[in-house]
Amino acid sequence: MKDFGYRVAVDVAGAVAAVAAEPGARFLGGGTNLVDLMRSGVEHPDTLVDITRLPLDAVDELPDGGLRIGALVRNSDLAAHPAVRRRYPVLAQAVLSGASGQLRNMATVGGNLLQRTRCAYFYDQATACNRREPGSGCGAIGGFTRTHAILGTSPSCLATHPSDMCVALAALDAVVEVESVRGTRRVPLLDLHRLPGDTPHQETVLEPDELVTAVELPAAEVAAVSRYRKVRDRASYAFALVSVAAGLVVRDGAVVAVRLALGGVATKPWRAVEAERVLTGAPATEDSFRAAADAELATAVVQEDNGFKVELARRTIVATLHRLATEGSAA
Amino acid sequence: MTQAPPAAVDTAGVLGRPVDRVDGTAKTSGAVRFSTDYPYPDLAHAALVCATVARGRIISIDTAAATALPGVLAVLTHENAPTMNPPRAVTLLDLSTMAASSTVNVLNTDEVHWDGQPVAVAVATSPEAAAEAAALVRVDYQASPSAVDFDAALPDAVEQKNSMLAPAGGSKGDAERALAEAAVSVDLRFTTPGHNHNALEPHGTTAAWVGDELTVHDGTQSIEWTRRHLAHRFGVPVSNVRVIAPFVGGGFGGKARVWPGTVLAVLAARATGRPVRLLLTREAVYRTVGGRTPSVQRVALGATASGRLTALVHTSTTLTGRAGGSPEQVVSQSRHLYAAKHMLLRQSQVTLDLLPNTSMRAPGEAIGTYALEAAIDELAHRLDLDPVELRLRNEPERDPLDGKRFSHRRLRAALEVGAARFGWAGRSPDPRSMRDGRWLVGWGVAAAYHPSWQLPAALTLRLSADGSVVLRSALHEMGMGTATAQAQIVAHELGVPFESVRVEHGDSALPSGPPAGGSAQTASLAAAVLSVCAELRGAVHALARRSGSPLGRRPLAGLAARDGGLFGPDGGETYVEVLTRAGRAHLDASVGGGSRLRRFADQARFMTRLALDGRRWVRAASGAHFCEVRVDPDTGEVRVSRWVGVFDIGTVVNAKTAASQLRGGIVMGLGLALGEHTLVDPRTGRIMNANLSEYHVPVHADVPELDVSFLDDPDPTMPLGVLGAGEVGITGVGGAVANAVFHATGRRVYDLPITLDKLL
Repeated sequence: MKDFGYRVAVDVAGAVAAVAAEPGARFLGGGTNLVDLMRSGVEHPDTLVDITRLPLDAVDELPDGGLRIGALVRNSDLAAHPAVRRRYPVLAQAVLSGASGQLRNMATVGGNLLQRTRCAYFYDQATACNRREPGSGCGAIGGFTRTHAILGTSPSCLATHPSDMCVALAALDAVVEVESVRGTRRVPLLDLHRLPGDTPHQETVLEPDELVTAVELPAAEVAAVSRYRKVRDRASYAFALVSVAAGLVVRDGAVVAVRLALGGVATKPWRAVEAERVLTGAPATEDSFRAAADAELATAVVQEDNGFKVELARRTIVATLHRLATEGSAA
Repeated sequence: MTQAPPAAVDTAGVLGRPVDRVDGTAKTSGAVRFSTDYPYPDLAHAALVCATVARGRIISIDTAAATALPGVLAVLTHENAPTMNPPRAVTLLDLSTMAASSTVNVLNTDEVHWDGQPVAVAVATSPEAAAEAAALVRVDYQASPSAVDFDAALPDAVEQKNSMLAPAGGSKGDAERALAEAAVSVDLRFTTPGHNHNALEPHGTTAAWVGDELTVHDGTQSIEWTRRHLAHRFGVPVSNVRVIAPFVGGGFGGKARVWPGTVLAVLAARATGRPVRLLLTREAVYRTVGGRTPSVQRVALGATASGRLTALVHTSTTLTGRAGGSPEQVVSQSRHLYAAKHMLLRQSQVTLDLLPNTSMRAPGEAIGTYALEAAIDELAHRLDLDPVELRLRNEPERDPLDGKRFSHRRLRAALEVGAARFGWAGRSPDPRSMRDGRWLVGWGVAAAYHPSWQLPAALTLRLSADGSVVLRSALHEMGMGTATAQAQIVAHELGVPFESVRVEHGDSALPSGPPAGGSAQTASLAAAVLSVCAELRGAVHALARRSGSPLGRRPLAGLAARDGGLFGPDGGETYVEVLTRAGRAHLDASVGGGSRLRRFADQARFMTRLALDGRRWVRAASGAHFCEVRVDPDTGEVRVSRWVGVFDIGTVVNAKTAASQLRGGIVMGLGLALGEHTLVDPRTGRIMNANLSEYHVPVHADVPELDVSFLDDPDPTMPLGVLGAGEVGITGVGGAVANAVFHATGRRVYDLPITLDKLL
């Protein structure tokens, strides 16, 4: 790791000004991803502006019944928050399914939004990666692709978005609040991450000097009947092969509201818009769930090792919706 | 002379007692030092630069930016590194030659032999500066054609040769014909992937030269081999090298040989004139320390309709590095486990431009038992016979391959006791016939088997007039409780309290212990401890006779070591009393060690005994695993929910540490069964998951309670009856899991690891 400067920000204005003033400066939250990437030589900031002392660690009620989550709320605290557990169980379950207790104690909500892919070819500087080094090629194509994406890929990049939390936020229509020296703006979570296209190195719509300050969750009946199902290679401490964030409201046997988002299969947190369209108003049956899954996965593009994800995603979507319809959101 | 022994001394029953580790508190409180914890004045830190091509030559190496970094002392490459002697070829005349992990004289050559071979070392005043300097080194290679794809190389496999330490195959009758004529048969192909070592303590070394004298703190499981290897490489007398390794954070075979990091720490210290510490990153462990070879195996079994085996064929192909590696004994257990009338066993290997492979817990048997035991299970299924019953019907009276006697064989008891503990009788035989809610439930069984070895060991024993006893030997304490177990044996043999025995270990200044490999350390040391204790008891008796103790009038044979001394039916005397009367501060005894001549004589005697024993007996630890899995029918996720393991490891010296060894073996076996897989990119030969995030060992949530028990029955031909516990635990685990998964789902998985995509 190269030598770098370190500054502690005491207020938001100072933090964004410090990063705006220095092109090589980066915000430092919990550091669980950025420091790893610095150690691996993938990231090499000149200066880190430590934002962990900023007053952004509260969870507040919004007037419309939603929640405003400060960007520095630790993942552990978010998952344990009574209002989150009661009104947005999918979010609490998603956060708890990620990383380990120690990492969740450090990791922040803002950092989780911006964590970078775990693609081995992205991490390993001896291999080509368009995301790390634009134009160098993609080592994953023709290489090991078992963990790679089947949705939202491009000939430049297959890297899976690694976050569990973001998948739940995608299902919940979360809105991200960001601040910079130019002021405050609000970005829907679904617009925050970009598809790789031919510029996979541009991962989000944020400018380098923009600081995530909060995530807002709108009130929604469907959010309270929701769950997160993560399928992975071991019981804990592994990234999702497939994950499903779902909310479902059924009346008189018909789906009146549904939210569905996928993780582990896409280059960004993936809202299953097609599946929702097929399901809305349809009977809440396994046939409908299967038709919805098929509709969503129709555009999947598979590689040599990850073809199983289509079937796994289909089955996990159906099983998760089925459990929501029969058992509700109890984990 | 006392008529009754002192009341406070309790020396009975120390053997087998679940004594806490003597170093447990020191370890858990951070008081002990591992290889890179030793402070030195002016200590420098080193970091490796590893090659990024599989084969080729270094065209140029640019160290300017690295050298210019503040704090950097040196950047060593093949252009400026001091000269070392190349590694010696392996010879049975000197077992320490087995320390060489490869033939490559790293940093003394511009040739690259595997992706990951160290090509430079950065040395700096801080570990951070060393790491950054290493990252700044730019190397240009001229790549040569290389072979790195195991599957593609299979047609080029060459049959392995027999050696005294590594029999390669064998045959009896005409197995292929018997197979063709069998009433019921299976003929199956299995694959297992490469695995890498992930000991809790990464490989690390602290090296310090004073003139031509070298002190090395190294995480090693073969202190004496490391010492001799380094003396040779750096051209100094063996007596000038001291290797210190009192505590090692796990070895598992990965620290049996000397890997480049150790040599380069010593080289860096030589070149800079400062003590150097080199702690490998986890990634560097993957790139520079070998692991378990992948394998392709064929197991074919033929049986009569009543389930008697008529044919057993087990063949394997594994890999070795072009620049080194050891042949894997994949069919080892298949020589001994089942009474097949006709047998054919054969091992082959391919040579690739990859990191040399090496031993990894039960090399050979860990993966060989997976294939064999899964095939036995499949045969049972086709015979419509309970898999425990099939094993019992084919339990041999003598070694199936060559008719040798078993020194001791308790596999039948292990299967029966295990079945009872597990409740096997409640198993419904058909696949997919057991459920718990939405989970499919499956029960599987497999045999465990690992050969037992002994290696030469030297040690000294000192009995002091205050009643304390000190055992001194360069034995290896890697977490398995060696020092504790040996103290128990000494206490048992001398009849002294366990607490009065202290063990000094892990230092080449002590008499040389055996390498800690092949599950042989406890038995090897036990043999030496038994003879040194006998010598010491004789010395006490002689001293008693000379100093007028009444003990001296009784023949030694009529005295028992107990209660802190030697006692006959009508009384005796404590060691303290004998030494005090004689005015002696202490008495010493020793076995092994001594001159170079004596070392060679010991080794010759060892090799002779190995050959004789090998002709006379078949000796092994064995056991039976019973496993319950739950499989999610939607996603194929496998969760192991229950485990019973019953083992015959001969005499149990310490029930607590032995159970931990076996549990550790089972946990490692769960990794082999369900997760571990080194991903070598077949285009480049580069390991693509060189980290604990993407290389999946089991986490706590993957491991259920493990019910481990022993038959605790001494082997009559082994010192103290000890057979060894380090490796047998991992053998059979892959088979038991695969068989349980088959029972749960009706799917037989032939390719490890059993990941969920194989069950969709």
